[in-house]
Amino acid sequence: MIAALIIVFREVFEAGLIVGIVLAVTRAVPHRNQWIAGGVLAGVLAACVVAVFAGALSNLFAGMGQELFNAAILVVAVVMLTWHNVWMARHGAELAGELRSAGQAVVEGSKSLLALAIVVGVAVLREGSEVVLFLYGVLAGGSDSGLSVGLGGLIGLVLGAIVCMLTYFGLVKIPTRALFTTTTILIALLAAGMAAQAAAFLEKANWLTALDNVVWDSGWLLSDSSIPGKALHTLIGYTDQPTAMQLAVYLAILLITFVLMRLYGAPTKAKAVAV
Amino acid sequence: MSLSRTLSNAAMFVAVALFSVAATGAANAQAATEIQLSYKDKKFDPAEITAPANTAIVIKLKNLDAKAMEFESKTLKVEKVVAGSSDATINVRAQKPGRYEFFDEYNEKVARGALVVK
Repeated sequence: MIAALIIVFREVFEAGLIVGIVLAVTRAVPHRNQWIAGGVLAGVLAACVVAVFAGALSNLFAGMGQELFNAAILVVAVVMLTWHNVWMARHGAELAGELRSAGQAVVEGSKSLLALAIVVGVAVLREGSEVVLFLYGVLAGGSDSGLSVGLGGLIGLVLGAIVCMLTYFGLVKIPTRALFTTTTILIALLAAGMAAQAAAFLEKANWLTALDNVVWDSGWLLSDSSIPGKALHTLIGYTDQPTAMQLAVYLAILLITFVLMRLYGAPTKAKAVAV
Repeated sequence: MSLSRTLSNAAMFVAVALFSVAATGAANAQAATEIQLSYKDKKFDPAEITAPANTAIVIKLKNLDAKAMEFESKTLKVEKVVAGSSDATINVRAQKPGRYEFFDEYNEKVARGALVVK
């Protein structure tokens, strides 16, 4: 039971953090609950589909299907997160202000919600398919009692939901004005970290072999498989042995986000910078 | 406004540079050490594998159990789901000499093995 609890918790932990952040980001947006719940549900369904076809997926691209699939869905999440930040740079003020209830803002807001719902779906999908495979393996005639494993899995899931709620309530404690800046930075770091992870998957598939030297090894200080290391891995993309390519991709995403936010951000902001 | 233009040029440059480097890099992949490994009844066979240092390693893993397993090594930075009764290829980057443990994440306590790099 404890083993099942640990495995399930380890997998839902990352998704819990991401859902918590997205909930805090969309705090002021109407109808956000349906969108995010939809994202979670779609993620769970997709996780089941991926689990069923795990064998077939692996065999694609000379056995590297899994890695390339992971890289691809991470790239989708990076694009969505970056787009959300750029969109918020332009419309964030209207959304948080009195125009919030105006019809146009609701329509516009749902565009950004779709992007974030996709991010949530991707996070749940990535972690979920492993949980499904594990639980299925146990239920399909293992020697362990199915009931105790199910219970362990359920407790792991509940703990993951608690991580999600702690993240959410921790973030919404921040005053609204500062919350916007905080979540913008959080999302940019989240996107950069995911992009570096996508690069790591491409490296494992041997699709990306340039700049593959490990730049540093900080495993002695903070292993990325410990719980705090894992949290930092999800939040800011911390890795204890990053390659030069992962670092380059990480910095490139931060730079691109910054530039796009400047270029397409609210005109008033640009004027303020120019002065 | 000129600041943002400079920055966007810089971003464009970084992106182009990354892609061209990636494209040339993919062409010259070096010869790797290939290791056969099988997994049955929650045991790796052989339980200890060896490989030379500073060379890329490819592990060909056969999961002979009907259940899926997840090949994982924290020190090798590898995590790969292998469906029941199927094969998987695991690429490991060149390593320094040392002992690197791996395990099946779904049966972490019993299903363990190690890669010794010399």
